[in-house]
Amino acid sequence: MKAHLTRRYMFSASHRLHSEAMSAQENVSTYGKCNNPHGHGHNYALEVTVSGPVDQSTGMVCNLVDLDGFVEREILERFDLQNLNQLDEFAEPVPTTENLCTVIYDILQRGFSHAHLDKVRLEETMMNSFEYAGGKEAIW
Amino acid sequence: MVYLTRKAEFAASHYYHNPAFTAEENQRIFGKCNNPNGHGHNYVLEVTVKGEVDPRSGFVVDLKQLKAILQREVLDAMDHRFLNKEVPEFLHRIPTTENLAIAIWERLATKLSTARLHRVRVYETPDLFVDFYGEE
Repeated sequence: MKAHLTRRYMFSASHRLHSEAMSAQENVSTYGKCNNPHGHGHNYALEVTVSGPVDQSTGMVCNLVDLDGFVEREILERFDLQNLNQLDEFAEPVPTTENLCTVIYDILQRGFSHAHLDKVRLEETMMNSFEYAGGKEAIW
Repeated sequence: MVYLTRKAEFAASHYYHNPAFTAEENQRIFGKCNNPNGHGHNYVLEVTVKGEVDPRSGFVVDLKQLKAILQREVLDAMDHRFLNKEVPEFLHRIPTTENLAIAIWERLATKLSTARLHRVRVYETPDLFVDFYGEE
């Protein structure tokens, strides 16, 4: 019996949206307040959805200890209380929440082997959120 | 393909009444919602758009533009309004949450330039919501 499990995590980080490929004026018109050179921050809420058969002996899709450990080590330690623009991942891509969402998906996809990764959902504020399922069309 | 969801809230009043039904039928089918003086809700709208991330901007859609479209097409038209009397779609269509989701979809679908509309979700109360994905 297949089931889907979603776990929610919080982290805080700062960023500045600025593209080297654009003129100063274009950056301001594209990113508005988010182009402020000093940056600004968000409390991000991350939701990781995994799926798989429910293990007969444990009753689990995957052990939360494994998922929590992986996310803590590979994602929260990397991004929590950091300036995203300073990180290798965003040396080139602009740290929009779209790009952060795909970076986090790729980290999980590459490294987490205890269950199938369905999707990553990232809330930037209470009013907006982003979802990525490896480029696949949504089934939800 | 990345999906972006933007929320907005608006408050509006409505009542349910079908002139093709008798008074008894309206009362039986719509119950308290048939009160012609109307009643209100704090609606929560979630609009999900989809598209590829633009490699230059890192955006699926320009949020400022999406916010402006939501403001113009939905909030200016529906916030603090009596839906039956003030929103053209509902002069001859019952403003159920189903029809509200469809009307909002129709208002938004043609207005988006960079991303495509994926889903319109309307919460009438925290316990009740409708999803519309366009004509399948």
